Amino acid sequence: MTQPSSPRPALRLRAQTLRALRAHFEAQDYLEVTTPLRTRAPAPEEHLAPLACGNGCWLRASPELYHKRLLAEGWRRLFEIGPCFRAGEIGPRHYPEYTLLEWYRVGADYRDLLAETQDLLRAAAQAVHGAHRWTYQGHALDVGGPWDILRVSEAFQAAAGWDPAAAFDPDRFDLDLVERVEPSFSKTRPTVLMDYPAPRAALARLKPGDPRVAERWELYLGGIELANAYSELIDPAVQRARFETARAAQARATGNPPLPLDENFLAALDTGLPPCAGIALGVDRLVMLLTDAPVIADVLAFAEPD
Amino acid sequence: MYTASDLRKGLKIEIEGAPCIITDFQFVKPGKGQALYRCRIKNLFTGASVERTFRSVDKIDQPNVEERDLVYSYAEGDHYVFMDPKTYEQVTLGADVLGTARLLLTEDLPVRVVFFNDRAFEVSLPNFVEKRVVTTEPGARGDTATNVMKPAIVEGGYELPVPLFINEGDLIRIDTRDGKYDGRIN
Repeated sequence: MTQPSSPRPALRLRAQTLRALRAHFEAQDYLEVTTPLRTRAPAPEEHLAPLACGNGCWLRASPELYHKRLLAEGWRRLFEIGPCFRAGEIGPRHYPEYTLLEWYRVGADYRDLLAETQDLLRAAAQAVHGAHRWTYQGHALDVGGPWDILRVSEAFQAAAGWDPAAAFDPDRFDLDLVERVEPSFSKTRPTVLMDYPAPRAALARLKPGDPRVAERWELYLGGIELANAYSELIDPAVQRARFETARAAQARATGNPPLPLDENFLAALDTGLPPCAGIALGVDRLVMLLTDAPVIADVLAFAEPD
Repeated sequence: MYTASDLRKGLKIEIEGAPCIITDFQFVKPGKGQALYRCRIKNLFTGASVERTFRSVDKIDQPNVEERDLVYSYAEGDHYVFMDPKTYEQVTLGADVLGTARLLLTEDLPVRVVFFNDRAFEVSLPNFVEKRVVTTEPGARGDTATNVMKPAIVEGGYELPVPLFINEGDLIRIDTRDGKYDGRIN
């Protein structure tokens, strides 16, 4: 990497973005919390390798389980902006240490969070550009106008000719998503892909009335996957079963022993997590978009891969 | 065998029995999905490029590619005979593999040849070779300043534009990377 001859404007714009995000949550009466970076029981996900940090601990890939424990304790609106970690993920849009914004709201579902995410992105664009439109890598983005909202079923049928909600094929799903579906999205309007097939529910609840899909959406902007939202799963038995499936798959894939289950979190679900919705948004990627940066390293103070 | 995590720009791999090189590489990972490795791959025999996405569980063949340093000996019709200076083994390459490089060979010229499963597919010459001009219009004396060129043929039959002051019998230097005149050897 060449040494910049003057301070990078991206870092100032990054700070401006963080201020805009915090201002939004403060105005909406959210409590900012700081939860542990280290955990003895990371949430198991089949395709995610947590970063071990000694003493039987891992660095978190998300603060999700801690936030839900706080919701079970009685908090109603929480947010956190902080570092998260994933082993081995490095690329133009991936870095093993990244900054995630997560927020949780009791009494809301994934559609409510979509409306709130629209407000949040408009506020961030306004803070950095003084407008809802700006240019990213030659494309005129506009977060102020209508957003494209597509169901996974319809997006796949249109771009790849099959319906993953009817018959799920994990390999074909990932490949077609990357090679056919994502490239079909608008280059200027934000695109929301919603109602994922149940096998890709992660921690989302299944849709009441259509259990083939989960109440989960992903937001894409300028070709970049930016945020992932759920109507949260609150059923302790279903949650335990999903963790068991995910950690068994993860252990098979890595050859490592299965990760410990987070019994404190599962106990919190037993005492009762109120219906709620939650979302994780990649802060580095948002700053990439707002600063017209083609690669994530451009918006990090330091990118020094191992 | 390579696994997907070995993939990187510039790596040579084997796809459907053909040696290929990765010319572009990107790590992608759809949310909650598996890691994918999007590659642009150039077939080293045909030069054709394709996009190909690998999953982390995919195994990719390592091509049996070998580079050998040889020196040119002589030609027999369409066959060009080289020698391995370490083993004195003779290696014969066809005109199809050499392309225009065959016209720039000179005796004892060192070349690097890349073989895939003992089949040669790429020959690189030194950056510069020296050749004597055998045919060209008489030189225009004193005209060394202009960029006007005239056609010339050198030993071996290679034809190229040269400056007006070059005469038959002159020794010139040719850049093998672009095939152009590079200077006169005095």
